[in-house]
Amino acid sequence: MEHTINVNLKIWRQRGPKEPGSFQTYRVENVSTGSSFLEMLDMLNQQLVDRNEEPVVFDSDCREGICGMCSLYINGHPHGPVQGITTCQLHMRKFNNEDTITIEPWRSAAFPVIRDLMVNRNAFDQIQQAGGYVSFNCGGAPDANNLPISKEVADVAMDSATCIGCGACVAACKNGSAMLFVSAKVSQFALLPQGQVERARRARAMVRKMDELGFGNCTNTGACAAECPKNIPLSNIARLNREFVKAKFAD
Amino acid sequence: MADNKNLEGMIDSTPIMKDYADIESSKLPEYQIDSKIPEGPLAQKWTNYKAHQKLVNPANKRNLDVIVVGTGLAGASAASTLGELGFNVLNFCIQDSPRRAHSIAAQGGINAAKDYQNDGDSVYRLFYDTIKGGDFRSREANVYRLAEVSNNIIDQCVAQGVPFAREYGGLLANRSFGGAQVSRTFYAKGQTGQQLLLGAYASLNRQIKKGTVKSFNRREMLDVVIIDGRARGIIVRNLVTGEIERYAAHAVVLATGGYGRAFFLSTNAMGCNGSAAVQAFKKGAYLANLAFTQIHPTCIPVHGEDQSKLTLMSESLRNDGRIWVPKKKEDAEAIRAGKKKPTDIPDEDRDFYLERRYPAFGNLCPRDIASRAAKERCDAGFGVGTGNAVYLDFKYAINRLGEDVVRDRYGNLFDMYQMISDDNPYETPMMIFPASHYTMGGIWVDYELQTSIKGLFAIGECNFSDHGANRLGASALMQGLADGYFVIPYTMQNYLSDQIKVPHFTTDAKEFDEAEKAVRARIEKLMNIKGTKSPDQIHKRLGHVMWDLVGMGRTLQSLVKALDEIEEVRKEFYTDLRVVGRADDLNTELEKALRLEDFLVIAKMMAIDALNRNESCGAHFREEYQLADGEAARNDKDYMYVSCWKYTGDNEKPVLLKEPLNYTEIKVQTRNYKS
Repeated sequence: MEHTINVNLKIWRQRGPKEPGSFQTYRVENVSTGSSFLEMLDMLNQQLVDRNEEPVVFDSDCREGICGMCSLYINGHPHGPVQGITTCQLHMRKFNNEDTITIEPWRSAAFPVIRDLMVNRNAFDQIQQAGGYVSFNCGGAPDANNLPISKEVADVAMDSATCIGCGACVAACKNGSAMLFVSAKVSQFALLPQGQVERARRARAMVRKMDELGFGNCTNTGACAAECPKNIPLSNIARLNREFVKAKFAD
Repeated sequence: MADNKNLEGMIDSTPIMKDYADIESSKLPEYQIDSKIPEGPLAQKWTNYKAHQKLVNPANKRNLDVIVVGTGLAGASAASTLGELGFNVLNFCIQDSPRRAHSIAAQGGINAAKDYQNDGDSVYRLFYDTIKGGDFRSREANVYRLAEVSNNIIDQCVAQGVPFAREYGGLLANRSFGGAQVSRTFYAKGQTGQQLLLGAYASLNRQIKKGTVKSFNRREMLDVVIIDGRARGIIVRNLVTGEIERYAAHAVVLATGGYGRAFFLSTNAMGCNGSAAVQAFKKGAYLANLAFTQIHPTCIPVHGEDQSKLTLMSESLRNDGRIWVPKKKEDAEAIRAGKKKPTDIPDEDRDFYLERRYPAFGNLCPRDIASRAAKERCDAGFGVGTGNAVYLDFKYAINRLGEDVVRDRYGNLFDMYQMISDDNPYETPMMIFPASHYTMGGIWVDYELQTSIKGLFAIGECNFSDHGANRLGASALMQGLADGYFVIPYTMQNYLSDQIKVPHFTTDAKEFDEAEKAVRARIEKLMNIKGTKSPDQIHKRLGHVMWDLVGMGRTLQSLVKALDEIEEVRKEFYTDLRVVGRADDLNTELEKALRLEDFLVIAKMMAIDALNRNESCGAHFREEYQLADGEAARNDKDYMYVSCWKYTGDNEKPVLLKEPLNYTEIKVQTRNYKS
């Protein structure tokens, strides 16, 4: 059954990308274990506002694990200690009374801090703009069933396409690599027939953009897949490597 | 549709309405509405329109700028398609990336009239189901066009590489949704909205790379700029720096979603708001049918006061889940007291009330009906959990299909449920309760999706056009993409064709100065109240008023009370609001305060619209107007119109305008999901 707990928080506060940050400690009492982690932070912010202090800034929108807006490095894990979920899906029943919880922003050169726990992930958009699409203008598409795709292929493509672009993979990686993110989109289109025409060009363009934006190299540690809230498998990275090498040979 | 016997003794709120709104002016010639429905038989209207509309040639498109506010299904598909056509598009969103828009959270699916299942579907049937589902309160010509382009949407999305669910033979799979007797819903696991939005986002990215679309993230529109009666730009607040920025264009498209968070708790994302609609309203656009808010039947029940939002459980679960409450009150009481478990109740003591009341559609009856039926049982004392919950049980599906099949179909939804509730739905039934989900009402648009302001268009959930008094499941995605991919790219050209000689606008015009000044004054005002209540605290209070008095069941008394209480909340807002931080800086509290100020306007208009509509139809259930069996008593004689509201001043009464609904090709009937 649900009950209430008290928690101590160590939260990273930072005014802007170029300003120094530091941990501040806070305490929140009487948190229902049925509350979500972000609702607990809402409670903290209400306390701060009541004292005329500025609230802790963090990103969150859908609060059901699909928009990819929320982030947070909680007790050393992107999206917290529970595997396969986003921070907004984490519930306070996973913590004990009087726990001390450390909350940091994503830390990566490619994701500068905007304020406190909010970071700038525009680099992800730029990678997608480099080639994460099928070049097809609206209108004139043939009947959808003219292109049969086996269920197995469609399902694997769907598993890759399920990436929410949150950046946990980059935050988890000791090198700050975006390989899992890039490989998910490259895999979706490499698997599906619609993506074949631009297959080589896409892999090349997206990898080049990733390198240009200051993401680190992949050393196959696998922390990205282990911490991915959507369980995007590591096999995507192997596929991306193959795609990239094939594209190179095609040059 | 009630017979007169049932209407006897009912209270007409019209005299009271006059205290809140000018309802007489609708007869004046200057308040007549032209919905610009094309000539010809229903099935030919869109074809005729396209054949005769004015176009803009490619060389001229380059010289025309279009602002699109919003990057959900409607906004992203419109921005990318207008970009593909060659227009210069400026695209704005409040999130950190266009991919975050709330369309991403749509779970279940998207309807289309493909008839791939050979089960008797057709464009006409999708059109008819949508009109009927909307309880005969939507515009016939718009809905027909929606059904007509539905098939193009599926083709378009497959061509983009959207990984829809497939059968083993490689063809597309379908499932059923409420209000239909065919299987016409296409889906991608329980993440259909995500996949469709990422498809539109991919197309958008392609245009951004090409340079036809410029993308502005973390920007919130705070006003629309009107020059010589035409929408020519917007004022936005940069949410990172707090700076006020100006953008000019030849036309402005609003794709800003719904205002369901007027209830505070809803299935909407934290940032969803009705502000763009309110700004358009204050500049002269009409708001229409605001009484029609969809309360979705299958959401996870409220757990406590600190809750920030509610989570939807997809309607697709009603394909295989059976909804019930205990037949005996003592069982319900024992469950609420924790003395019995749902699994202790034998089948014969379970009341499958939807199957009992609506045998033909059963658990797949439309959302408004399913929600009301749940409320009826809970109000009568049969609710479980906190008393405000019913069961959605998969025991029967697991027995019939096996756990693996159920896991394959709904696994991610079950996981989501377990995460939030800590219950395992494979072993014990889910608990669900209705919650605010979607707003059928919104900005009034004509057939071209143009508002009553020239050059200002509204698409997707933020307009009122296609769902009438109740939206069917899997139709929101269809409408968003229909508007963005297949309607606005055509109708926009009809407007822009005589604008080709108008040079690129600058933001130096005095109208921009004035609009920016007004925005700054508004922010200044809120910052200087310096009271004691945070925006969230006041918003929660507004939410309680809306849920209790303008929620699933309304009465004359509740609505009059709501208007008084909304006024009280408004007073509290303007005297006791506290916004910490600075205006010219990143300030999440200021963002919330600005949105709340607009929710207060919307909330009042929702109550006024509900008070005006002396009938029950779709999601609008006025308890005075019901038939002997508890079904909605619609009044077609007096209310078969779109109620459009015109702003006349902050402390003035809004004027009611009526757009009559004429059905030429269908017979208007009482909605029947029983036989």
